[in-house]
Order: sequence, then structure tokens, then C-alpha cells
Amino acid sequence: MCAMKRDEAEALIQEVLEVYPEKARKDRAKHLTVNDPNVEQAKKCLVSNRKSVPGVMTIRGCAYAGSKGVVWGPIKDMIHISHGPVGCGQYSRAGRRNYYTGHTGVNTFGTMNFTSDFQEKDIVFGGDKKLEKMIDEMETLFPLNKGISIQSECPVGLIGDDIESVAKKKTKETDKPVVALRCEGFRGVSQSLGHHIANDAIRDSVLPRRDDDHSFESTPYDVALTGDYNIGGDAWASRILLEEMGLRVIAQWSGDGTISELELAPKAKVNLLHCYRSMNYLARHMEEKYGLPWMEYNFFGPTKIAESLRKIADLFDDKIKEGAERVIEKYQSEMDAVIAKYRPRLEGRKVMLYVGGLRPRHVIGAYEDLGMEIVGAGYEFAHNDDYDRTIKEMGDATLLYDDVTGYELEEFVKRVRPDLVGSGIKEKYIFQKMGIPFRQMHSWDYSGPYHGYDGFAIFARDMDMTLNNPCWDKLQAPWKKVA
Amino acid sequence: MPSVMINKTESGMSFYVPKKDLEEAIVSMEHEGPGRWGGEITLADGSRYFLEPMDEAPRLPITLRAKRL
Repeated sequence: MCAMKRDEAEALIQEVLEVYPEKARKDRAKHLTVNDPNVEQAKKCLVSNRKSVPGVMTIRGCAYAGSKGVVWGPIKDMIHISHGPVGCGQYSRAGRRNYYTGHTGVNTFGTMNFTSDFQEKDIVFGGDKKLEKMIDEMETLFPLNKGISIQSECPVGLIGDDIESVAKKKTKETDKPVVALRCEGFRGVSQSLGHHIANDAIRDSVLPRRDDDHSFESTPYDVALTGDYNIGGDAWASRILLEEMGLRVIAQWSGDGTISELELAPKAKVNLLHCYRSMNYLARHMEEKYGLPWMEYNFFGPTKIAESLRKIADLFDDKIKEGAERVIEKYQSEMDAVIAKYRPRLEGRKVMLYVGGLRPRHVIGAYEDLGMEIVGAGYEFAHNDDYDRTIKEMGDATLLYDDVTGYELEEFVKRVRPDLVGSGIKEKYIFQKMGIPFRQMHSWDYSGPYHGYDGFAIFARDMDMTLNNPCWDKLQAPWKKVA
Repeated sequence: MPSVMINKTESGMSFYVPKKDLEEAIVSMEHEGPGRWGGEITLADGSRYFLEPMDEAPRLPITLRAKRL
């Protein structure tokens, strides 16, 4: 049962593109396509990771968001300075809900906002002195911090401050890693470059710190959990499954993670990668330098979890394989109950997704477990390799849209009329006012976790709660209702 | 001269250019045997690159400079 036929979907794309001036239309046409699961490579039908057309409402973020918000931000025992004007740090503070344990302001600093609060004089005379003073003050006020990262905002790059020299000097003075990141927002086309810059900084200034330290006692079952940012507790829900099957998680990157865990990661036996987009650079680097293999896995929905657990177990001995089967067996009845309860209420509903760089393909399995169908998916900042992986997961003649503009997404939704839209906060209220149930899929709409078996129960409940909410019948005023 | 990463895969070798997100299977390599490794390579999409030949097959994955042909 598919929402549209191929020619209908193609006609819809043409119709939506109609309003653009010719040049923009030509550009945007490359980013929209109708899926054909038989296509081997995404680059044959879709262009991604290109600069957005000026003037459209893009939903993308910036390099600073990718570095501070995504990769570095969740490292809890470091202080992350938003170096530049106050707004970038303040408006992104704690919004991503990377949960962690610890005493905020004493030994963990995840939800705090540290900023150098640039004023006119800092722009004119440079902010390096202020940065140095700030780091000194932080050392006094928060002596239990385990390191500092300096996340540049746009002006720092524009005025050409030498934050690297400050970082070098302070590393020596404090004997802790002080890392300078050139993640100014204007760099690159989206937050994706921020991930890359953040990965490169970890590669250069964090990982080599324990290259000569062999005191860590490793076991044959050590794994590193990478690319999980513990949104609403996701990493915890994943970690317990790995531990139950007999593995030892020695590092969590970077949700609820510490700098020490980051340094230990190369000593693991395998790198388990959840968010491919934001951490694949590091996984590839560790494979080359430390001979540490990596694999992608997917912990959304029981089908994919079971598949992933078996795939992970295949890399280890029989004890772990047995453990994986035991874990799958243990949760089977619980999951059957969840599906029995919610599937009849959700069966056959259509979903359109527009999220970041991983979720549109990862959550498909979870929706399918509930009998729901994905009729359109797109990414804000994915690259070709992400679409390569997506094409296989999506059904025939479904819509694929890269860096979709506000206008395009609205038009698609108006015509396709999905039963649920999953996207970010900026889209939420538009679609709710259009009368279409909506879930905010970046931070799980303030719910979560959604990873793992525990997460799936919450996921199913949330989807039911949103879709079958009685409010959707009440959108029309009673006197306007046709009797 | 892009910097590329050559890696082992189940079916042979892969060729990854991080800057271009290009990950392709290598269909043929001029020198694969012992004693010499590298030379001209052809990817699954038909594009050709040149790797400075090495005396020994290196441990994979490895990052190298490749020349576009």
C-alpha cells in the first residue's frame, strides 16, 4: 500500500518546483527525487551536501552547532566555551537534552553556558586576552573540570584571533587538554562540517594523549559506544543491552561521556557506531591508526535491535553470541506485548520524516514494527553515503528530499497528507496548526529514550499518544462544522 | 591530489575520498602482487586514479595521496 504512484510523485515534485525562479528551480530539482530502491548509488538520483539557495527557508544549522552542540557539548566533565557573542551559547544551552550523571557546576558542566560574551571592544582589539582571563577564572571557580574546549563563533574567525596559541599556552599551564576549535558558523554548508572539525580536533588533541600509556587493563570484550549522544537517556538504554550480553562498554561517545573515556576508546576491541554522520571520521581514523574495526548498528525497534545485536555478537566468541540470543529472548515477550497493544492503533498510518543525518533511515524499522509506513524522508545535512544507505530502506515511489525548504516541505505535506510528521521544533507548530500530528524527532519531543528495547516501548506509546490524541478532531470551530 | 583511504572490504578493496564522500569499490589495481603494490586503479564507477607504487602491500586501511587520471 503506497501513498502515491511514481508518476504522481514526480508530478508533485514538478508542481512544487514551479514557483521558483528558473535558476533556483534547476538547483532545487537536483535535491528532490522519487525513491527507487533498485538504484545502487544515491549520487545518480540525488545531490546532497550543497549550499542552500539564498532566500529559501532552510532548516539547517551551522558548523558551531555541529561541533559544540553535537560532538563536544555532551562531554560532561569538560567546560565548553562558546567563544564570541553571548547568543550562540545561550540559545543552544541544554536544548538537546544530553542527559548525564554528576553534580552540575562541581564535576560536570553539561547544562551550563560558558561564554566570553564579546563586546565591541573585543571585536576591535581582539578577544585573546579575555579568553585567557576567562580560562584562569574557570580554573579557580571550577577546579574539577577535566579540560576545556574553545568553540569559535563567527566573529572569532572574522577578526582572526589566535585561539590556538591561547590553547597551547593554557594546556601547558593547567596540564589539562585545552582544545581550540575553528568551528565558526560560516564555515561549510551545514552543521556537518562542524562534526568533521570536531572529529579532527579529537583526533589531533585527545586520542594521542594515552598512546604510550598501557596501564589500562583491557578484556577481550571491550567495546566503545560511539555516536550516541544520550538524548533523553538513549545511550543508557543501549548500554545495558550490550552489558547484558556480556560486553564491557569502556567508552561512551559522547553522551554522558568523559574526556577520559574518549582517550580510552582506542583500547577497545571494536567501535560500535550509531550516528554514522557525526562520528564516521573518527571511526575511520581509529581503524587506520589503532587497527580498531568499526561497525554501524541500529537500536531503533525490536527487529533492528535483534539484527544489530546478532551482528555485534558475530564479532566475538560463542559466549557473546549466546548472550545476544539470551538478551533477545528476554525482551521478546515484552516487545510482543508492546506491539500487540499499539500496532492495532497505528497500523497503516503514513509518516513523513525530515530530521538530521541519521534518523530518517534509522527509525524506519521502528515504525515498520508498529505497522506504519514511511512515505517521505529527507535529511538536513546528510551526504551521499547517507542516502546510499537510505535508498535501500525506503519503499518504492516514496519521496526523498535533501535540505528541503520550509515551503517545499509544507507543500509535500499538504498534498501527501501523512498521518504523522516527524521533524524539528521549527516545523512543529506549522504542521500542528495544519491539523497534522507532529513529533519533534531531534530531541524526541522532550520524551525518550527511544533507543533499545526500553526505548521502543516509550516510542510506541509516544506515537500512539500523538496520533490518536482527541485534539485533532477539535481543530475546526463547532459552528463551522458540516453536520 | 586528493587524500584517499584504501580499505579492505568483504569483496575486495574500497576507495574513500572524505572530501567528496566518495566510497567506491576498486575493480582493478595495476600491481597487487607481492613485491609491488599500487599503480593505476579503476573504480566501480569507471573513474581512474594513480597511486605511487610501493614495494610491499601496506597494512590496510591506509591513507594515501592519489592522482586523478
